[in-house]
Amino acid sequence: MVYGAVPTRDGEPILPRWWRTIDKWSLSAVLTLFGIGLLLGLAASPPLAERNGFAAFHYVQRQVFFGGLAISVMFAFTLMSPRSVRRLATIGFAFSIVGLVLLPFFGTDYGKGAVRWFSLGFGSIQPSEFLKPGFIVIAGWMIAASNEVAGPPGKTYSFLIAVFIMMLLALQPDFGQACLILFAWGVMYFVGGAPFTILAGIAGLAVIGGAFAYQNSEHFARRIDGFLSAEVDPNTQLGYAANAIREGGFFGVGVGEGSVKWSLPDAHTDFIIAVAAEEYGLILVLFIIFLYATIVLRSLFRLMRERDPYIRLAGTGLACTFAVQAMINVSVAVRLLPAKGMTLPFVSYGGSSLIASGIMVGMLLALTRVRPQGEIADHLIRSQR
Amino acid sequence: MTRTPLRPLAQILKARVNGENPDAIERENLRQRHEEARNTSRARAEGRLLILGVFFLCAFFLVGLKMSLLAGSEPAEPRIAASGAQIVAARADITDRNGRILATNLSTHALYAQPPLMIEPERAAEELVKIFPDLNLDSLKRHFMGGRKFVWIKRRISPEQQQQVFDIGEPGLLFGPREMRLYPNGRVAAHVLGGAGFGREGVSSAEVIGVAGVEKAMDDELRDPGRGDVPLALSLDLTIQAAVERVLEGGMRLMNAKGAAAVLMDVKTGEIISLASLPDFDPNDRPRPLTQGDPGDSPLFNRAVQGLYELGSTFKIFAVAQGIDEKIVSRSTMVDITGPLRWGKFKIRDLRNYGKALSVEDVIVKSSNIGTARIAQKIGMDRQRAFLDDLGLLRPTGVELIEAKGAKPLLPPRWSEISTMTISYGHGLSASPLHLASAYATLLNGGLQIQPTLLRQDAYRPGPRVISENTSKQAREMLRQVVTRGTASFGEVPGYRVGGKTGTADKPKPQGGYYEDRVIATFASVFPYDDPKYVLVVTLDEPVETSGQKPRRTAGWTAVPVAAEVVRRVAPLLGLAPGVESVRRTGVTLVSQSNNE
Repeated sequence: MVYGAVPTRDGEPILPRWWRTIDKWSLSAVLTLFGIGLLLGLAASPPLAERNGFAAFHYVQRQVFFGGLAISVMFAFTLMSPRSVRRLATIGFAFSIVGLVLLPFFGTDYGKGAVRWFSLGFGSIQPSEFLKPGFIVIAGWMIAASNEVAGPPGKTYSFLIAVFIMMLLALQPDFGQACLILFAWGVMYFVGGAPFTILAGIAGLAVIGGAFAYQNSEHFARRIDGFLSAEVDPNTQLGYAANAIREGGFFGVGVGEGSVKWSLPDAHTDFIIAVAAEEYGLILVLFIIFLYATIVLRSLFRLMRERDPYIRLAGTGLACTFAVQAMINVSVAVRLLPAKGMTLPFVSYGGSSLIASGIMVGMLLALTRVRPQGEIADHLIRSQR
Repeated sequence: MTRTPLRPLAQILKARVNGENPDAIERENLRQRHEEARNTSRARAEGRLLILGVFFLCAFFLVGLKMSLLAGSEPAEPRIAASGAQIVAARADITDRNGRILATNLSTHALYAQPPLMIEPERAAEELVKIFPDLNLDSLKRHFMGGRKFVWIKRRISPEQQQQVFDIGEPGLLFGPREMRLYPNGRVAAHVLGGAGFGREGVSSAEVIGVAGVEKAMDDELRDPGRGDVPLALSLDLTIQAAVERVLEGGMRLMNAKGAAAVLMDVKTGEIISLASLPDFDPNDRPRPLTQGDPGDSPLFNRAVQGLYELGSTFKIFAVAQGIDEKIVSRSTMVDITGPLRWGKFKIRDLRNYGKALSVEDVIVKSSNIGTARIAQKIGMDRQRAFLDDLGLLRPTGVELIEAKGAKPLLPPRWSEISTMTISYGHGLSASPLHLASAYATLLNGGLQIQPTLLRQDAYRPGPRVISENTSKQAREMLRQVVTRGTASFGEVPGYRVGGKTGTADKPKPQGGYYEDRVIATFASVFPYDDPKYVLVVTLDEPVETSGQKPRRTAGWTAVPVAAEVVRRVAPLLGLAPGVESVRRTGVTLVSQSNNE
């Protein structure tokens, strides 16, 4: 550069471009959720820390550490181009699938009856959490490729991979994550252009199968009946959670005044929403739901304009999986769904879950960045027709 | 699927002519087609993404709505309850035949603690010990300060105690409602009612289950939720039950008996108007069963139903009535009573020597063992057995008490001819006073079989005929003779024309043989004998009447006066008008008669 010359640069600088193209509302929603998670952790985790003999805010400190890590990872991902997102996702997917295969040999179950974790001394890693974003991106890529002229049969390939992963997950057993994988694939398949005959067939099969199971399986019928009945045994986790929500009412019993965290072993993870409902009331819960809805609806809306099928499909898969995970967690607490261990992304405590959520949302935000979509060309083509 | 040509052939041919690279044209073509496909797929995906968006919006809205509904509803207190089916605490009342309450429910509270909610566990423990001195301060403190989440403190507390516990002001002390069974009449009809206790217990309610007596036998009916508020009406009459118990207790004291039982039964319907057993207990506070000694000495033991005794001479009327009914003998037939009557190695004697022969009527009046045995011999064992079975003496009574099921009469292991003879005068067969009352009712009501019952019968259903009406009448007249000129002369109650038979049986030793000085004295009676209404059986266990020079133990001196006192007290309550028997009408001139003269 010559002295006195007007500084020029080719292209836009990275960070301003990032700031211009990123979905700022979703980004703020994610950061707010993380903040709420810390706030609730301050209330929900001291009983657990006390039980396990740590300092009162041990888990909050860990949450801050992992959360910082997760947010850094998320920022790193949002800076990437869709192509490098895909590249990293493929590498991550390869690693996590190896991890998943090795789980039965090196994993630990932490006394919970399911081998899902690798113990690393200072913490633990749950490969299935990292597998999800990788799988979604790859599957989106494959389905997109299958739509190209002379492309590979990506729908079949991705479905086979999904089935393989579900088998591995079912072995752990972790049916929740397996369902999530299937759901993600299904959503992408749907958006990727599934024929309506198949969709109608699947819907019909689900109805018939459900009715058949209800008629013929005593166990299944009882679970459904128990779930449909208004009464809940107040001694179960669900009972405690329901009571906590009732105790909280609209404005909560007050910060730190809740009692459900003392009786629920999973108050800081799967039932964090019950703590929120009890201490801060319905208002905070509705706000949390609003934040998740904001993220998923804004993402879907931005993806509607996206012309690149890979970006659209992968983005849809990530957004929907993220939303469904949150929805299942809250639905279990309000008894809309049968009990299923599922963390509330960014709010629940948990290292793997936090970082995986960071990766997932980072990818999503990277994919939903504003990109030139050849709008004028679109108009021209339309007017030609 | 429509096949699209890979190459735009015309362009490629042209390019070849111009020497251009045809691949570039092919690539351009492919790019254009991709572009086109992207646009169509985007249009399609736009719609489907919209569907997804609406779906998620609805789902989030639904979750939020459910959350609002849940947050708006009332919390279910208390948190800890027994899992499984809901505990039903409702239990129907029990009343007497006139609807007076014998057993009802009272709502009280159970006291429990949830130490995690406690603010000052130490002070709470100290205050609790002040209210309930039977609690242990140290163990309370240990429970409250330890890691326990839930501690029962008292199963039942009164409203005053509850207020005192409230006044401690400790939020960790909580109350669970408890339905409690209350017997407002205390000891009256204790053995019939039995008692109730708690079954499965939860915080908000506890099951009240019967533990004895009618409460246990009718447990399912009393707890039937479909029953509603309809109480269970017993056949007992509270007033008469109380009177019988009072008189019986006095009689038991006077006669130095260690126990007593009385059964008053409607002769036609088999309804038990009063059933008393002494010593008794308070069903509100049932004593514990004896862990050692004879369970028959426990106040819980129902002598009238569970006590199986050889009831002695009261059985004689059965043999005589059967003999008359089967026309083997008549009332005036003379029976040889020269004794002792030998049968194998056994000898049957009478208490006193009544001469060589007695009429059948006098066999009853004088209570001759030999005479009865001779009549029984003529009847034979098969027919005797069938007759006793008809009278209900060979099986449990079937009355609505849980204890009645186990009270099966003790029969001789082999019913031989000597058994026939001894059973005819009440030895060798042990039955309860209730058995005896039922058999007397069947025999004396005109000969129709009755089923003893503790439930009020609203309709009279005659049973099958066992003996003829005439035989029944003759049996009553003979029993009347026993009172007017026989062993039961103390049984005369003016106006009520009591007829009855005494029975004094030596008590068997547990190790075999009989005691010399311990008897069961029984008086089985019917009144009025000419129009039978009620049967009364009074049994005294080991009575001794000591007013004379020698202690007297026979029923005529012990059971009979007690029974007479019972009749004297109870008959007016039963609404029986005293009959006026040939009173001289002094100073009264009947107008109609004077006209005739």
